[in-house]
Amino acid sequence: MKIIVLAEHSNGKFTKSSLEAVSYAAAWAKGNGGTCTAVTYGNIDASILGTYGANDVLKQDNLENAEAEQLAHLMFGVQQQTGATGLVVSHDNTGKAIAPRLAVKLNAALVPGATALPNGKDVKKNVFSGKAIAHVTMNTDVQIISVLPNSFGMTTDGSACGVNGVSIDIAPARVKLKEVRVEASEGIPLPEADLVVSAGRGMKGPENWGPVEELAKLLGAATACSRPVSDIGWRPHHEHVGQTGLAIRPNLYIAIGISGAIQHLAGVNGSKVIVVINKDPEAPFFKAADYGIVGDAFEVLPKLIDAVKAYNATK
Amino acid sequence: MKILVCISKAPDTTSKIAFTQNNTTFDENGVQFIVNPYDEWYALVRGLELKEANGGNVTVLSVGGADYEQIIRKALAIGADDAVRIDAPESDALTVAKHIANYAKDKGFDLILCGKETINYNGSVVPGMIAELLNLPFVAMASKLDVAGTTVTCEREIATGVEVLETSIPVVVSAAKGMAEQRIPNMRGIMAARTKALEVVTPGAETATTAVNNYELPAAKAACKFIDPENAGELITLLNQEAKVI
Repeated sequence: MKIIVLAEHSNGKFTKSSLEAVSYAAAWAKGNGGTCTAVTYGNIDASILGTYGANDVLKQDNLENAEAEQLAHLMFGVQQQTGATGLVVSHDNTGKAIAPRLAVKLNAALVPGATALPNGKDVKKNVFSGKAIAHVTMNTDVQIISVLPNSFGMTTDGSACGVNGVSIDIAPARVKLKEVRVEASEGIPLPEADLVVSAGRGMKGPENWGPVEELAKLLGAATACSRPVSDIGWRPHHEHVGQTGLAIRPNLYIAIGISGAIQHLAGVNGSKVIVVINKDPEAPFFKAADYGIVGDAFEVLPKLIDAVKAYNATK
Repeated sequence: MKILVCISKAPDTTSKIAFTQNNTTFDENGVQFIVNPYDEWYALVRGLELKEANGGNVTVLSVGGADYEQIIRKALAIGADDAVRIDAPESDALTVAKHIANYAKDKGFDLILCGKETINYNGSVVPGMIAELLNLPFVAMASKLDVAGTTVTCEREIATGVEVLETSIPVVVSAAKGMAEQRIPNMRGIMAARTKALEVVTPGAETATTAVNNYELPAAKAACKFIDPENAGELITLLNQEAKVI
């Protein structure tokens, strides 16, 4: 099976979710004795995509700051040239605009947000906001999968591969990027963070976030918050995780003073390890937690900060 | 301005998720159905705000059986002018998108709004498919939407801040949190909804490209391990040595 995968980049670096998509596509190809070609564009050294398992790279040079519709054209053009029957993109903001266009152009099965490699024509994806898993059957010869970020690890045991040019006819973008307003210049972007420290109404006021931020900084973690806290303006909206905010899947999620309403859990239930700190022993979040501390955040946080400082000193 | 808002039916966010018939069918027993929150709170309300500011008409559209009429009436009660139900069973995203595009193609909508995803299938793909089928530009996951003349400006939250995007009508936009605030229908709206037009359309046949074979529930979590708050620092040792996440 010939598989092509889109590798997006920004600021001269391939995105983490794209590298996960390349690793996924390479493993899919390997599993059925096929090949994996990464597709990219613009001014970037693409040979490193071989490290993540690509057999080769096709690169369109005259395309910078590509818009999703243009990338859909690029992937479609490469599919037509190569006859690929598997197409992979990340299930990120761009992928969510690319994959559906490809599904229409190719009249092909699309599984959005896959969490595991296909088993024949069967692919797993999360449904009901992470409360269940569906096995979706792809009933067409050409198959498209978008990979849920942070669900399929990166593999880096390959080596640099060859890069060839490709020249697909691509129309100018119909949606133009006018401006990027940087709001979270410090710290780690939440959707890509491996470690997240999150806090809620239990912190009693925005002036009390100091220890939360300090703990996050010491751990190298991103900060997040619950919906009520972002709704009343204690924290910025882009920190809100939950059903109607951001859904994240970090390795570690530490929730401080968050009761754990079902809508909040829907945004974090993909986390590998969940720690809950709450003074109410009946807080529903403890049912979803791996580790729990029943105690006052203002007493527990300084102890944790001291312990992380001691731990960091031993590293 | 002619606005189409696509709405879907979803189980209430507090529903217990269970399956029947050998894990092939969602167990609707005791489940309350609602308008998919992203469709209702953001796409529909922003559509109504734009109509109130610029004049025009808001049509809500849903693909589903007669049981969808309850959520369609809710959308009419919130303020949509009229409604369309495409009478087809629930199927895969591409089939739903084709039904919607076939209906919309000759109606001259300036703006087609959808929620960013449904909370039951979490696909995020129907709006992009509608855009491709109708050869329209598409902005995914917009947290803000403004229309001035034919110019459409959207904002989208990204990891490090906000992108400002510009395009022009006609366009398809999928709505994320921030685009509008939820509206609760009042008694007058609920009464008016009873008599608003709800057209039922019988669609042509489409073949699904995917099918859900079966469902499973995530593996149950092991019991939470509690740490004495006096000894809170022990957590860091456990995260390092037992959970191996730091």
